Amino acid sequence: MINYNVDENGFYGKFGGAYIPEMLYPNVEELRQNYLKIMAEPDFQEELQALLKDYVGRPTPLYFAKRLSEKYNTNIYLKREDLNHTGAHKINNTVGQVLMAKRLGKKRIIAETGAGQHGVATATVCALMGLECIVYMGEVDIQRQAPNVARMKMLGATVVPATSGSKTLKDATNEAIRDWINNPEDTYYIIGSVVGPHPYPDMVARFQSVISEEIKAQLKEKTGNENPDYVVACVGGGSNAAGAFYHYLDTPEVKLVAVEAAGLGVDSGESAATSVLGREGIIHGSRTLLMQTEDGQVTEPYSISAGLDYPGVGPLHAHLHQSGRAIFESITDDEALQAVLELTRLEGIIPALESAHALAALGRIGAKPDETIVVNLSGRGDKDLTTYLDRFDLHGK
Amino acid sequence: MENRIKTLFEQKPQGLLSVYFTAGYPNLEDTVPIILELEKNGVDLIEVGMPFSDPLADGPTIQQSSEIALRNGMTIPKLFEQLKNIRKHTQIPLVLMGYLNPVMQYGVERFCQKAREIGIDGIILPDLPLSDYVREYTELFEQNNLSKIFLITPQTPEQRIREIDSHTNGFVYMVSSASVTGSTNGQAVANTDYFQRVGQMGLRNPGMIGFGIHNRDTFSQACNHARGAIIGSAFIKALAQEGSLEQNIQTFIQGIKQEV
Ligand SMILES: Cc1ncc(COP(=O)(O)O)c(C=O)c1O
Repeated sequence: MINYNVDENGFYGKFGGAYIPEMLYPNVEELRQNYLKIMAEPDFQEELQALLKDYVGRPTPLYFAKRLSEKYNTNIYLKREDLNHTGAHKINNTVGQVLMAKRLGKKRIIAETGAGQHGVATATVCALMGLECIVYMGEVDIQRQAPNVARMKMLGATVVPATSGSKTLKDATNEAIRDWINNPEDTYYIIGSVVGPHPYPDMVARFQSVISEEIKAQLKEKTGNENPDYVVACVGGGSNAAGAFYHYLDTPEVKLVAVEAAGLGVDSGESAATSVLGREGIIHGSRTLLMQTEDGQVTEPYSISAGLDYPGVGPLHAHLHQSGRAIFESITDDEALQAVLELTRLEGIIPALESAHALAALGRIGAKPDETIVVNLSGRGDKDLTTYLDRFDLHGK
Repeated sequence: MENRIKTLFEQKPQGLLSVYFTAGYPNLEDTVPIILELEKNGVDLIEVGMPFSDPLADGPTIQQSSEIALRNGMTIPKLFEQLKNIRKHTQIPLVLMGYLNPVMQYGVERFCQKAREIGIDGIILPDLPLSDYVREYTELFEQNNLSKIFLITPQTPEQRIREIDSHTNGFVYMVSSASVTGSTNGQAVANTDYFQRVGQMGLRNPGMIGFGIHNRDTFSQACNHARGAIIGSAFIKALAQEGSLEQNIQTFIQGIKQEV
């Protein structure tokens, strides 16, 4: 049987590891040696569970989307991560990591963000814990996700624009890593997805695994069967997908569907569909699938969705792709936008652009009338309203 | 087999000056002229930077020189082509420095063979983990007579410094302070405790201090604590001055070496 969990060297199959310069080694090694031990401590778990319940608002509902199900002639459940405090799944991870940072005695928190959801979720837990917070964000993303920039500032975080490369998530991550090199003693880096050097992908996946833990229990209660036929999630770095897949990885009858951003189309040169366009390489300390030139230079990705606009995927997803455990789909900007309007008008839920990519894959799956699909609705669309009003021509109506 | 880095450290006891530059910057074809001019001005060792799109450990100066070099069309095959006949013109020790991904795409084995053919003496790949190197590449580097140079920092624990030293040959690259490249805040030579601690460890390899060494003062202070020092960003800034390449290099290097 193939192992889908991380091995003792930090690899998922041949992907993962910690390809970092020596400057980062002491911090990453400290984390590697301690993360499982700390996560297993009863008082850590107690504090985490209490925050997840009363602060984040977990468990999030598993909602049977009746009208959407009728439209696709199957049974569709939405895992409502959009109802979390701060509006996305990202806070599951930041609550866990901020507690980890505290246990390690760190005083200063840094993070990267794309859509701004991870930045907001980090700024939120830092406000809660009284910790200094610096968030790196690409200049392009600062423009297109302005409401989240305002929220971070309101929460007391410093938002630092990343001005290199495509000025998006990849570049924000570079800047966060440089900050960590410059501040090796007091600083903890809260990575926002299942990317980066080991142990980050595994640690973030564990903090997000609460999603599939709840899906199992909730689906069992609603249908008598804890296993759906499909679990569908969008993949930027892959954290919401990792959380939604986690407890189903070793259950092959549950098909896992990972949905990437095709941007203007996978052949357009303006895309972020890493599983289609990427080759094995190294980005942000991890060996994984990576969009790159023949010479090994990282390609600038593109997606309308800031959270999916990343040229790599986490090593777990590279392994799921290569082993065939997950089905990978890619969805264009236009298809995602259509899915936004569809969910909004059928169910009265405005999804985030990222999550809309997962919804748009419903038409591709071809599920039968007696089958069950769980879509991870990773976030809400408040941050994307300007884009929606523009694209749906709703100004002044 | 002779290795020019080893010979250099055997012959010159102290005050060694190593200079880093990004291949392909300021212009694509400047690589060989820069090497020859550096040698002419008495530099001891040269680190030829292979530009990468996402240089994690570098500050703004090397980020920008890398971006321009890539835009100019620099690639590993292009660099090897430029360096093909370099040993007809100079015997100065040459080290290739860059990030792992472009080398991995070129093929590590092919890369090492080609480097040997040209007469390269050492390789620095800061994001290649020590454990991967030990497991997969030690023999390959040895067969090709290439020194593998690793970095240590003020935060590296003693035991790991010893481990790194045991797998390094050439020199130990002592990162001066907790910083990406190119900082000029003076911290580069402030950490004398660290330099002394490493100095007293009796390592097999000589040490060279780099990161943030940017003028005559910082260079000479670094030389008090190690066999020599490495200058990168400050040299790249000097190349961007008005005037000819030759003039800029001469002015900069003479300014560093005065009275040392
Ligand atoms: C709502 C939402 N979904 C998904 C993502 C993509 O991240 P990941 O693939 O790590 O879940 C983001 C990232 O910003 C997001 O905000």
